[in-house]
Amino acid sequence: MNFSLTEEQQILQDSAARLVGQSYPFERRQRDVSSATGFDPELWKQFADMGWLAIPFREENGGFGGEATELMLLMEEMGKGLVAVPYLATVLLFGKLVEAGTEGPLRDDLLTRLIAGQLQGSVAYMERQARYTLNDTCTRASQTPTGFRLSGEKTMAFNGPAADKLIVSARTEGGQQDEWGISLFLVDATAPGLELTSYRLMDGQRAAKVLLNDVQVKSGQLVGQENKGAALLQGVINNALPGLCAEALGLMTHLTNTTIEYTKVRKQFAVPISSFQALQHRMVDMFTACEETRSLVYRSVCSADKPDSQEHLRNLHALKVITGRRGKRVGNDAIQLHGGMGITDELDVGHYVKHLMVLNSLFGDADYHQQQLATLSLSV
Amino acid sequence: MDITFSSDDLKFRDEVRLFFANAAPEASQQLINNPGTYKQGVIQWQKKLFAQGWVAPFWPREHGGAGWSATQSYIYECERVIAQAPDVVPFGLKMVGPVIYTYGNSEQKARFLPGILNGSDWWCQGYSEPGAGSDLAALKTRADRDGDDYVVNGSKIWTTYAQYADWIFCLVRTDNSGKPQQGITFLLIDMKTPGITVSPIPSINGVDSLNEVHFENVRVPRSNRIGEEGQGWTYAKSLLAHERTAIARVADSKSRLDRLRKFASCELQGGRPMIQDEEFRARFTTIEAELMALEYMELRVLAAMASNRSPGAESSLLKIRGTEIQQALHELTIELAGLYGCMIADNDTSSADIGHSFGDQARKDFMYGRAATIFGGSNEIQKNIIAKRVLGL
Ligand SMILES: Cc1cc2nc3c(=O)[nH]c(=O)nc-3n(C[C@H](O)[C@H](O)[C@H](O)COP(=O)(O)OP(=O)(O)OC[C@H]3O[C@@H](n4cnc5c(N)ncnc54)[C@H](O)[C@@H]3O)c2cc1C
Repeated sequence: MNFSLTEEQQILQDSAARLVGQSYPFERRQRDVSSATGFDPELWKQFADMGWLAIPFREENGGFGGEATELMLLMEEMGKGLVAVPYLATVLLFGKLVEAGTEGPLRDDLLTRLIAGQLQGSVAYMERQARYTLNDTCTRASQTPTGFRLSGEKTMAFNGPAADKLIVSARTEGGQQDEWGISLFLVDATAPGLELTSYRLMDGQRAAKVLLNDVQVKSGQLVGQENKGAALLQGVINNALPGLCAEALGLMTHLTNTTIEYTKVRKQFAVPISSFQALQHRMVDMFTACEETRSLVYRSVCSADKPDSQEHLRNLHALKVITGRRGKRVGNDAIQLHGGMGITDELDVGHYVKHLMVLNSLFGDADYHQQQLATLSLSV
Repeated sequence: MDITFSSDDLKFRDEVRLFFANAAPEASQQLINNPGTYKQGVIQWQKKLFAQGWVAPFWPREHGGAGWSATQSYIYECERVIAQAPDVVPFGLKMVGPVIYTYGNSEQKARFLPGILNGSDWWCQGYSEPGAGSDLAALKTRADRDGDDYVVNGSKIWTTYAQYADWIFCLVRTDNSGKPQQGITFLLIDMKTPGITVSPIPSINGVDSLNEVHFENVRVPRSNRIGEEGQGWTYAKSLLAHERTAIARVADSKSRLDRLRKFASCELQGGRPMIQDEEFRARFTTIEAELMALEYMELRVLAAMASNRSPGAESSLLKIRGTEIQQALHELTIELAGLYGCMIADNDTSSADIGHSFGDQARKDFMYGRAATIFGGSNEIQKNIIAKRVLGL
């Protein structure tokens, strides 16, 4: 049993912490998210230069061969600094789908550019009626002599507005709720018939609604095997969850620390409000919430080498349940203990809370995962 | 013990229904929902209520109140919710109005009450200061006597809708010598007076309602002082209980619960409406049961008020549970919207463009709703009050 880091991992953590702590003040972040794409290309380049875009890819694909631990370290620091970059959309979803579902020169070309910071991606899977179920897919892919024709609507493609390429899920077979019959397609952002409506999310990142009006794709644009796209996508999402929750943990940690600091300097009734026991207990709860979440992040990182095991799946569901529930408490308490200041846009607290809320509703919220956990644990 | 309606009550209910059916509340509500037409909508609705004589039912009849019984107020609120009609804005009607008719002189009553009732004057509340939030008595904004005027210097913060206000009612310090609660005076200040500047404070829901109001050598005639100099704290405190009762917003929560039920029957997951989702049902009905308790808690307070006992520490209970229930509703609504609860509809993209009807509003409500446990005396402060005054701890 060993929860300590290797020297290399320590270096990664330190350099991520340095970037966040020293060259990424909140004002810069606010400027970045108000730009058209919601992030600063310079910062993305910096991520590439640091080798961070390569972390999750296999060495033979030009990657770092990093495991869940490296991702966790990087993303927790990103959370602490509320770093606005499309890491999840481009690297963890788009990039990992490319790695798993394409081959040869296409894969080499895409991953090389992606790792160099020269390619932005987005995965368009979510549909209006689906809520958190991946399988619920109406978008159709009909056979044509040379490939497929895609028609339908995806409501929320993260990083869609900046993406050079998208991976779109569509039904090649099966009924609306079936896992079987969903296929994934690589589509150019400029493909005829593809129409993007860009909008902002509350944490400043950009998403797009994607309309597909008879978009023509060749068979070579199929990502993974025909009809087996849902399982591939689910696997990639599962892979991203520990990192995603580590980022949430970083946000929670920052919220807890800022709140503790604020209550020490804010005086009411001639004393620091940190002297009130009612508030002390709340902050102890916040701290405990972070520790609980960290424990489950570690737990799922430890089982990540057996991605298809029941044990790992249970760990992931538990992680999303606890991160969702505790994250919500930490966010609410952080605002509450700041009083009126917590309601302002000027303070970073509200912005951390909003990003935390987005992360916690990505790929299913706590209630959703609790039901999934019940299915695994209480099947009769 | 019973709350069956008498035949007079039932007649009253019909009258209320008829009014709502004819008054087109939804048109005003639509204006209110849009920040650009918010003020217009509020005033439009208030004028309709005023014309009907129902704008301040809880005021004594001689000052323009409707003289309703507790039951009638309850009936009105129930019907208001069914009709989805707006509530009135509290600053004039529920806050400063009662102070003026209770502690003001006859000249002040004649001068200020009509504008409060008919909606021609917009009021804002100038209590909190950067250094005086929970500890309100620590307020520092000074008012120094100079001839027939006070000269006011200092800053108020979190002043809701000060940007629309014609008048501000303020607590100011006129004396530093005794206990902090002494030496506080209640002043009515015309927002057009030279020396007042209002600066907006952007808030986390993206809607501008909060402000800082700065006073620099602002001259306020002594005739704008309510009651005695140095007695402002007593006047303000008597009004805080009313404010807290109003903050419970039982009727509003009932209407939210209704809307939530409708949203949940349309929002699907795995092809099934969320209204069939077990987790959702458990959370929904927990809130429902809590709200049922709160409704009776409020009725008990209203009944006590109707028999002329002022709402005391019970109003703190209402405030705590009322705001907790509001937040639970906000939370369940935004979570029902799933990821669409994270989207922002703005000038560039509307909810319709994105394809989700209530996500954007759910987000705004959720974010602003965090303030409900902070303003009107934070919930922690309410608990301190109950511990001390009710439990004797
Ligand atoms: C949206 C909004 C609208 C508002 N509108 C108005 C308005 O129109 N006019 C106006 O005058 N004011 C208004 N306020 C101000 C409001 O009344 C204050 O925010 C409130 O009194 C809390 O003060 P504070 O913000 O300074 O927080 P603080 O007093 O600094 O409190 C910070 C935290 O410490 C806790 N705390 C403080 N003292 C204690 C204690 N003794 N024991 C335990 N916990 C404690 C609080 O509960 C809170 O969680 C508004 C506030 C908000 C958020």
